[in-house]
Amino acid sequence: MEYHLKTPVPEAEIRKLKMGDLVYVTGTVITARDEAHLKALELHEKGEEPPVDFSGVGIFHCGPIMQKVDSEWTVVAAGPTTSARMEIFQDRFIEMFRPAVIIGKGGMGDRTAKACQDFGCVYGAFTGGAALLAARGIKKVKDVFWLEELGMPECLWVYETEDFGPMIVTIDTHGNNMTQNVDKQVRARMDKILAEMEG
Amino acid sequence: MAEMEKIVEDTAVELLRIAATELPTEYIEVMNRGLEETEGDVGKSQLRNILENIDIARKGSKPMCQDTGIVAFMAKVGNGFPLRSKLKEVLVNATRRATKEVPLRPNAVDMFKGNTRDNVGLNGHVPIIYIDLVPGDGLELVAMPKGGGSTNVAAHRMLKPGLGLKGVKQFVIEAVTNAGSLGCPPYFVGVGIGGGEDYCMILAKKALLRPFGVRSPDPNIAAIEAELLEKVNELGIGAMGLGEGPTALDLHIEMAARHPASLPVGVVISCWALRHARATISKEGKVEIDKSA
Repeated sequence: MEYHLKTPVPEAEIRKLKMGDLVYVTGTVITARDEAHLKALELHEKGEEPPVDFSGVGIFHCGPIMQKVDSEWTVVAAGPTTSARMEIFQDRFIEMFRPAVIIGKGGMGDRTAKACQDFGCVYGAFTGGAALLAARGIKKVKDVFWLEELGMPECLWVYETEDFGPMIVTIDTHGNNMTQNVDKQVRARMDKILAEMEG
Repeated sequence: MAEMEKIVEDTAVELLRIAATELPTEYIEVMNRGLEETEGDVGKSQLRNILENIDIARKGSKPMCQDTGIVAFMAKVGNGFPLRSKLKEVLVNATRRATKEVPLRPNAVDMFKGNTRDNVGLNGHVPIIYIDLVPGDGLELVAMPKGGGSTNVAAHRMLKPGLGLKGVKQFVIEAVTNAGSLGCPPYFVGVGIGGGEDYCMILAKKALLRPFGVRSPDPNIAAIEAELLEKVNELGIGAMGLGEGPTALDLHIEMAARHPASLPVGVVISCWALRHARATISKEGKVEIDKSA
């Protein structure tokens, strides 16, 4: 099935999505990688809030190339980064800030899948490296935060998007995780190949 | 001399631009073949997205991936080439310029002070520069920016020599399995065997630069390359690790002698965007650019 989501996406709509569905996001998508996740969580734990509301939006694991043209920021290239690096704190991030879709590449693990199930979030896999396809869905740079402190790849870029996608839902709210399913099959094949290997 | 410095610097900037924005046609062809042979909509969609993205990059001269990598240059400097110890400074300047002009993403991070913002740092180590001195009068220069995703899935092991080539092959298959979905497959796999704990990794990285589909001139090694390429594809990781489509597009092995007590193996993996561009510059300053794989 193909879904065109509008942010803020109601939790009920997220819970309808199933592994293998295609999704597009119109509205707000915010980039956040390792440093931005850490900083947002640290602020929250100190009782302060991040400068932008993450609830119901797309959180994009992405460190884009941005360029200032006539004092306006524009996107040059903005594909997904490897999401597995965020596995160590994505579950807390989902619990604290309640985003609707985590967008990245390479998939995520059990902790994230559990948080998706518990708090109504999905993981949408965007084709890795397809930075210009992704940029096509970004209509405007609404804001940027923490640029001076974290630098261009790590800061929060707030994008206004139109049919940003397609993403394949690989983690849904029903406990499915496509990348992990494939990984299990791959490891079983590896064991067989290694066992049969000759000198 | 100043003129030659400018020629080399301009060429290096151009090589970084080509590497970031144009993928060699050989790679595009093999992914097109992969698309035809892939059954399953998920795998097909990933390959289609990759191919469309490559097309937009070439037409608009824009970086195909936002991760324009840590920059490396491989230089073969001829005996009679006029530029010698200045070469490094010239390549550093070219990296700074390309960062602004292409543009490249600033990817050099100082652990204390943060992003250096110009892809240069620290202590003269980045961009990474490999210099070989060779006979002749020319300079052969390769620019090879490499992204973090596939760099992170590199693997290195000091095997017990008693495990022999079977152990090496098993390690390569394990390394690709562990790379899984993480480094943007379909992959190119470079394997370095022997030479020491450091050198096997350099051999593995340089192995990626052997032209596409060309097997090792050593028939023993060529046979292992063919066997391993087939086996890693049997793993079925697929495009983007979603289980459909090719896992690896090519696999090259470079081998050095090893210490009797050591069997070092390095595996360096590239994402589908194995970005590189090559030029030769004569001592008179004539530049020939080679965009082939």
